[in-house]
Amino acid sequence: MNDALLAASIIWLFVFMYAILGSVDFGAGFWGMVYSQKEDDRAGALANRFLSPTWEVTNVFLVMLVVSIVAFFPAALSQLSLALLVPGSLVLLLLLIRSTFMVYAYSAQRFQRALSVVSGVTGLLIPALLVLVLPIIAGGFIDSRTGQLLSDKLFMSPVTYAYLAFGLISELFLSAAFLADYSREADDEEAYVVFRRFALIFGPLTLFIGTIAVPLMGEQASWLRINIEGNRWWFFASAVIFFIGYSAYWWPTKGHHHRRGVPRAAFTLFILQFFLASLAYGVSHLPYLMYPVLTIKESVTNHNTFITLLISYGVGMAILVPGFYLFWRLFLKDKRYLHQE
Amino acid sequence: MDELMTARALFGSSLGFHILFATLGVGLPLMIFMAELLFQVTKDKDYTLMAKRWTKAQAILLGVAIPSGTIVAVQLSLLWPHFMEWVGQIIALPFQVELFAFFLEALFMSIYVYAADRLSPTLRILSVFFVALGGSLSGALITSANAWMNTPTGFDLAKDGSIIHVRPWEAFFNPSFPAAAIHVLFSAYMTGAFVIASIAALRMLKRKKKDAPYHYHRKALMLSLAIGLIMSLGTAMDGHWAGQVLHEKQPEKLAAAEGLFETQSYAPLALGGVTDTQEQRLKGAVEIPWMLSFLAGNRFDTVVQGLNDFPRDTWPPSYTHTLFSLMIGIGTLLMILAGFVWLYRWRKGGDHLPRWLLRLLTVGGPLSLLAIEFGWVFTCSGRQPWTVYQYQRTSEAVTAATGLMTWFVLFISIYVLLLISTIWIMRSYFRKRPIEQELGFLGLEGRKGEELH
Ligand code: HDD
Ligand code: HEM
Ligand code: HEM
Repeated sequence: MNDALLAASIIWLFVFMYAILGSVDFGAGFWGMVYSQKEDDRAGALANRFLSPTWEVTNVFLVMLVVSIVAFFPAALSQLSLALLVPGSLVLLLLLIRSTFMVYAYSAQRFQRALSVVSGVTGLLIPALLVLVLPIIAGGFIDSRTGQLLSDKLFMSPVTYAYLAFGLISELFLSAAFLADYSREADDEEAYVVFRRFALIFGPLTLFIGTIAVPLMGEQASWLRINIEGNRWWFFASAVIFFIGYSAYWWPTKGHHHRRGVPRAAFTLFILQFFLASLAYGVSHLPYLMYPVLTIKESVTNHNTFITLLISYGVGMAILVPGFYLFWRLFLKDKRYLHQE
Repeated sequence: MDELMTARALFGSSLGFHILFATLGVGLPLMIFMAELLFQVTKDKDYTLMAKRWTKAQAILLGVAIPSGTIVAVQLSLLWPHFMEWVGQIIALPFQVELFAFFLEALFMSIYVYAADRLSPTLRILSVFFVALGGSLSGALITSANAWMNTPTGFDLAKDGSIIHVRPWEAFFNPSFPAAAIHVLFSAYMTGAFVIASIAALRMLKRKKKDAPYHYHRKALMLSLAIGLIMSLGTAMDGHWAGQVLHEKQPEKLAAAEGLFETQSYAPLALGGVTDTQEQRLKGAVEIPWMLSFLAGNRFDTVVQGLNDFPRDTWPPSYTHTLFSLMIGIGTLLMILAGFVWLYRWRKGGDHLPRWLLRLLTVGGPLSLLAIEFGWVFTCSGRQPWTVYQYQRTSEAVTAATGLMTWFVLFISIYVLLLISTIWIMRSYFRKRPIEQELGFLGLEGRKGEELH
């Protein structure tokens, strides 16, 4: 594998990881807001219990994604920065509001409600806006003279709304599926029932919107549509895995007849589904980083820097593994934390 | 304002905003760590209470530090893409390694805050240590990137201007990195300490009699002044070193910082005053004879270059002299102040501190934060017109995008709003949990877990 392809694969992996983590994080914020309406609602409390210790860590994954793009594909930056100034700055503003207001809401009793509504709603919009990067880099929305984004054209185009809806719905779906699993881990059947219901609603919707987005790609990104259609079996396999995962919500549980479904299996299979689908999307996107001006080969960094970066990733991750393990034990596994009243 | 000026203003204010919270994010964990340690040594429960309350403040500040840092990181690419092309090829390493520092801080901060009641004392101290380590590493690593902009090394330019023979580690350990990194850390610890000292002094002024809360605040004050004294001494000594690096590597920056036009030996150190570029002299400054030469080279006959040796279009802006004087002035003042309080206590004994001294101490925190701002604006503006010293001009680094003004207005408004609301949230949080009440509850251990939420 050459440097360019390896670098692209690493970036792709980070995009995939952040897509899952970010969806769960922002989605949990939204569910936490919806279900903290009533004083004693367990679903809201559970979502917040997950969120308080994890949001900072999730945010580092976002930073990691940005930093790795700079490090691996420096030559792409001038084009990318022009194209992404508007959505990027919007996301930054929303992110600032979302995180600070969420932290404020933990600390101030008086305006807790208002603060958590603001952070919940802004959090809902962030993944939807982030997904907009995809149609932009697929081409057709850039002024070829100035390199800047044609915002009007972007917002007039139906495919934009397909992507937006996809971002929004998959955020709600993934976070509900995750929280269903988290509630089961916490032995909280009441919350489980709530999140299972939402996973059941939003799952098929995600699949539906994903499917209709492809024919909507139209003129501008026909190259991508053709590639995607060429890889259709990958997408098909991912849909099959989705349905198996979906069915897991009805699988019997050993020893507990009143409990319906195995959410751990469902969530794991959904991750696999997203993995396959986004891998197929990524492969279809090659060799372009941004169509038609940037290919990965032309943008990749020099070999020395590339090797040093790879080594630093290896060493850094190895050092951090015990920290992540401890973190997981304390907040995703420890019954004393999960089960707080 | 043209687009370049707007980009500079937008980026400068984002950093100016981030740095307030980030510096405290480096300084406060050290104070928390010290309080935890002191508790283990003295078994005085006041110190755990301090650690707990400071941790809460730190958690609120992190809520702003983290997204604002994310903004800075993304804006670097959005506003200075051509600079980041260089970064990506040459100095990506510190940004990369910094991620691990972020992970370290974020993981252990959550562990320390939300799992404190489930950890053994050793593991608790260890996690607050990792928080402090993560924050300090973040500061030192980003400084490496900034130092590289001042003294770029670790690459060669080919005839056609492309970058070749990149040596990432050499770029990382560029000549001004050691002095700058240590200076940033010392100044951040010093700021954390003086901010705590300010608050403690304010609280002591409010108390009518010398009861338990008064003693609690006095302990906090003396602890923070001890650390503040050590760190401000370190800051000054290391600032001296940083000045020597300037003398060798960026002489026009030092000349601008000192308003020095004529190259000379036995050069005086000028404090205050305004640089007049028209008449080419410094107006209204206090001059300490021979001192600049001594600072620059440890000898009075060191020749210090003046601005006239350099082409006029590479002169840094003249206000850098004011920024530099203010930074040094504040550093000296706070060092003397902290030293004086400890001296006073040592000579007079007892626990009495006069009210005028306490009043003086209340300004230490804000002044220290200002010094941080002055120092950074000095290092970034003093590099002008270069973004990468002698390689890339700021006008060559900027994005071609237009319409930045809208974003500037939006970001500035949010920053102002968040500055106000953060102070307000802090106040209302601690007002709800006055120290009297918490001291009264000290015996009941059960509250700890829930309190930290
Ligand atoms: C509490 C904050 C604070 C205080 C009291 C001081 N400094 Fe400072 N200084 C900083 C905070 C700072 C900083 C914000 O951390 C800077 C900006 C960039 C950097 O590397 O550190 C800095 C930069 C900086 C530089 C390097 C600029 C460059 O490389 O471009 C020099 C020469 C000094 N300082 C010198 C001093 C001296 C002689 C001081 C005497 C007391 C002093 N500073 C006090
Ligand atoms: C965190 C504290 C910092 C503050 C408050 C700060 C402040 C500023 C200001 C005010 C400017 C505008 C300069 C001018 O136009 O006169 C600027 C420019 C800039 N700074 Fe800094 N800076 C900080 C740290 C850094 C660091 C750590 C880096 C690099 C890693 C950096 C990179 C830049 C770049 C790329 C520019 C734009 C180009 C230039 O003007 O040189 N800054 N900064
Ligand atoms: C160009 C300059 C800078 C950039 C690009 C930058 C970037 C960032 C980013 C992305 C974060 C969020 C990390 C997270 O998600 O957890 C952050 C937080 C932080 N930054 Fe900055 N920063 C800059 C300047 C500085 C400086 C000069 C200091 C130190 C004096 C500093 C110290 C910190 C600290 C302590 C945090 C706290 C949170 C953490 O470590 O997780 N930063 N910064």
